[in-house]
Amino acid sequence: MTATATPPTAAESPRAYQRLGDRVFSKSALIAGSLILVILAAVAIFLVAQSLPALVADPNDFIGRPDSFWAYVWPLVFGTLWSASLALLMALPLAIGIALFISHFAPRRLAQALGYIIDLLAAVPSVVYGLWGIGVLAPAVQPLYTWLTENLGWIPLFAPPASGTGRTILTAAIVLGVMILPVMTAICREVFLQTPVLHEEAALALGATRWEMIRMAVLPFGRPGIVSGAMLGLGRALGETMAVAMVLSPAAVVSFAVLQSRNPSTIAANIALSFPESYGVNVNLLIATGLVLFVITLIVNSIARWVVNRRKDFSGAN
Amino acid sequence: MNIKRAGSLTALLAAGALVLTGCATNESDEPTTPAEPGAEAPAGLSGTLVGAGASSVGAAMEGWIAEFQTANPDVTVNYDPSGSGAGRETFAGGGSAFAGSDRAFRTTELEEITFEACAPDSGIVQLPVYISPIAVIFNVDGIESLNMDADTIAGIFAGEITNWNDEAIASQNEGVDLPDLRITPVNRSDSSGTTENFVDYLAQAAPSVWTFDVSGDWPTELAAGEAAQGTSGVVDAVTNGTGTIGYADASRAGGLGQVSVLVGDTYVPFSPEAAAAVVDDSELQEGRADFDLTFDLNRNTADSGAYPIVLVAYLITCETFADSAQAELTQAFLRYVASDAGQANAAENAGSAPISATLSGQVNAAIDVIS
Amino acid sequence: MAIDSTPAPLRTSTPANIHDHGRLNRRTPWTILGLSLAAGFGVAAFLGSVGATDGLSLTLALALGTVLYVVMITLISRQIEGTRQATDRFVTAMVTIAFTVAIIPLISLLFTVVTRGAARFDIQFFSESMRNVVGEGGGAAHAIVGTLLMTGTAAIISIPIGLMTAIYLVEYGRGPLARAITFFVDVMTGIPSIVAGLFAFALFALVFGPGVRMGFAGSIALSVLMIPVVVRSCEEMLRIVPNELREAAYALGVPKWLTVLKVVLPTSIAGITTGIMIAIARVIGETAPLLIVAGFTASMNYDMFNDRMQSLPVFVFTSYANQGVDSQAFLDRAWAGALTLILIVMVLNLTARLIARLFAPTLGR
Repeated sequence: MTATATPPTAAESPRAYQRLGDRVFSKSALIAGSLILVILAAVAIFLVAQSLPALVADPNDFIGRPDSFWAYVWPLVFGTLWSASLALLMALPLAIGIALFISHFAPRRLAQALGYIIDLLAAVPSVVYGLWGIGVLAPAVQPLYTWLTENLGWIPLFAPPASGTGRTILTAAIVLGVMILPVMTAICREVFLQTPVLHEEAALALGATRWEMIRMAVLPFGRPGIVSGAMLGLGRALGETMAVAMVLSPAAVVSFAVLQSRNPSTIAANIALSFPESYGVNVNLLIATGLVLFVITLIVNSIARWVVNRRKDFSGAN
Repeated sequence: MNIKRAGSLTALLAAGALVLTGCATNESDEPTTPAEPGAEAPAGLSGTLVGAGASSVGAAMEGWIAEFQTANPDVTVNYDPSGSGAGRETFAGGGSAFAGSDRAFRTTELEEITFEACAPDSGIVQLPVYISPIAVIFNVDGIESLNMDADTIAGIFAGEITNWNDEAIASQNEGVDLPDLRITPVNRSDSSGTTENFVDYLAQAAPSVWTFDVSGDWPTELAAGEAAQGTSGVVDAVTNGTGTIGYADASRAGGLGQVSVLVGDTYVPFSPEAAAAVVDDSELQEGRADFDLTFDLNRNTADSGAYPIVLVAYLITCETFADSAQAELTQAFLRYVASDAGQANAAENAGSAPISATLSGQVNAAIDVIS
Repeated sequence: MAIDSTPAPLRTSTPANIHDHGRLNRRTPWTILGLSLAAGFGVAAFLGSVGATDGLSLTLALALGTVLYVVMITLISRQIEGTRQATDRFVTAMVTIAFTVAIIPLISLLFTVVTRGAARFDIQFFSESMRNVVGEGGGAAHAIVGTLLMTGTAAIISIPIGLMTAIYLVEYGRGPLARAITFFVDVMTGIPSIVAGLFAFALFALVFGPGVRMGFAGSIALSVLMIPVVVRSCEEMLRIVPNELREAAYALGVPKWLTVLKVVLPTSIAGITTGIMIAIARVIGETAPLLIVAGFTASMNYDMFNDRMQSLPVFVFTSYANQGVDSQAFLDRAWAGALTLILIVMVLNLTARLIARLFAPTLGR
């Protein structure tokens, strides 16, 4: 980004797009955008090409001898969606809460410091979240899990028996939630801070309380940003590898119970766990599950895009 | 001018970062400490040697590499602890000079695979140079060791014995106050050679209870217990839980309760010597090439000095390399690994069992043919 | 942004239309909070003494106290100040609680990393590599250099592509191509890191033959992960630049590209910096792809295009996963590595904010 070009004079044509600088700039923007499509196409071709052998292979060659490819993938798909939605369910309200607290509730100086700490946490590598999950979180929540199964075991979610080590899908979801919290908070906060001051002041001037001002001015303005943040968070939660692999106690089951020893694994964690010792068609099998994850992300994102586009009128740029 | 200021700032920071990290001080001036006996190699050895494979030999490999590099300052040895399967694939594809693996290549695989790093008609050598006992570890307050036979261990891990005060355990441990506590067995969630060797023991020694397939993956039909990633994960899960039992490389068993296994009619705790004894008691697999030292482990041994739950990791390389420089490096490195000094080094750093004199002779004969 | 010298929003004065209601004294909420917590502790202590819980449960006491506070403040406020103020008080309490609840695990995590990482956070850790080190001692200089080189290269590749794409989407993009790019960027955010690693591995194996490992391949894998995050966060930041600013620039005859460069980017530079930092932070801690394509080594390597290159996350992971007999030394190194990684990001973050401040337009806000 250089700023060497001479500033245009008023005599030049007002039709901006005809200038050389404009053409170069817009073309390079276009190329950058297209490059992304090329990269993605390359990844997709790689995934499909490597997956095909698994789709046509005899399921008897696979790890654990599932009945078919889909019988192998289904528990993983379920686990991926289940853990990511649990994580998002816990993290999204908290992220909005933190972002609002920092942008509209906390004293300015404190807010800056807090914002900074949260940003830092976005950088903690997933391995460290994994270490923390095993060493600190799981032992801390295990007694609570036991209490929940004993007293609220009639709720299917909390069906007994409780895990003896606390390394359940709920713990994994908490770790995922904590992990995506900083990213989502950072985006929500930036968007909330960008709410036009005029809107806020207008609301306050009409006698709105702080919450009413937020509900009427800040949240509608920030909605696309919140969805964006949630999508980034969800993307990370769906694809998170190491932390889940380290924390979760997986098994090939489909179960909504969140406090037991046997939990559905996630696609990414399963690849990380099985890939090092895989050979032959099992490598293709794992890459095929990666392709499935790819498709899941595609569907989830389509839904999110659709939601955002319905509300496009609120974007400041349009 | 803003851009300039920012530019100079970045430059300053970049320079600062470079100064900060600089060269690694322990590398800039290679120490000329006297080489350990056995680490000596032909003078003037230089280059980079690459291996990849089992993470189980990772800790031992660190020690081997350190001592070998100290003796040969111009050599860099890199070992990716990326897993046995990945290691074998990398080696077969020509990406590394040797592979570390928790199991040898099967004869059927040898027929299919062409090894890219080797000369066109060369065979491969498979050397069992890392023998390590697998400990059965548990976490029950106040109990440091328990006696169990194979059927009991298999019953626990299959989910048939579910309480610590079960008669099957109590009858073998008179005088031990067993609590009324649910047993949580912990197995490996990743595919691993440790699992394969452990279930191989269960299948051989307790065939009536353990009726599942033997592979690196925990049987999916089992509905008991927890799973955890890697040796460290299992050890952490057993340590942090209560009433837990798991299996892990013996070097990591410290501080946890340990199971003595019934062999013949005595209960044997794990020890490196007892682990090596099992390998001596076993036969080389038939139908293999001369220098393919693949063992069929005899887990049913009645020799009371043997501990049958062992993991044998193989270092796998070419008989004849396509690139003779690699051959020289590999040969020197493996010769050191198989030497007494190398084995003692691994025993110290990874708690492995030194290979016996007989096996050492066979291994060295195999190393001699590498060219 | 467009407005300067407006006073900060009025927050404390009584809005005119609720003058028929009373107003809680400033200290009243704090008094209620204190009483609620005291009551919470009382109940918890009672439950502890009758044996319903294991001794005095601090968690229970705090939870009871907090719930009590929320109920009390809402009810009292409703009585004195009216429904709307009560709702406001309720939401304020809930937002603050959300913040506290969320900050607990984050603080716990930071605390764990700092206390456990401090053991080996010494000069030796930054000046030595792991070459020829067995057991205790050694350092992560090689991993730090590797991480900086690989992440730096990934950033050099990703930021221009990502930022230009974001600009394209916000300023130029219309029609199916823009929609396609937006959509597929979203899809790209969902590529699991390990798949990106496998992709880079396959790509380089195709070009350089099988088994190739190099730092640059690691950068490519990281770029695949980084680009969508840069696009997504920058796009969002560019979109909220008010159209009035663009229109004002066009009205003055400024060409579009200069408008983008001199008006839109500086206005949103703070957000863009945050976005880029999020992207760097996202990839600097990646383990799985680097383990596959950049490999593992104990020695220093400055050459991006030759031989294996160590990185901090891989260092942390392998130190944890492959502990030797002296396992404490390995764990200490792992935690110190994690602490270093966080500190590196902190320094980058500070620098980025400084740069953002230098570039940002001076507004009289």
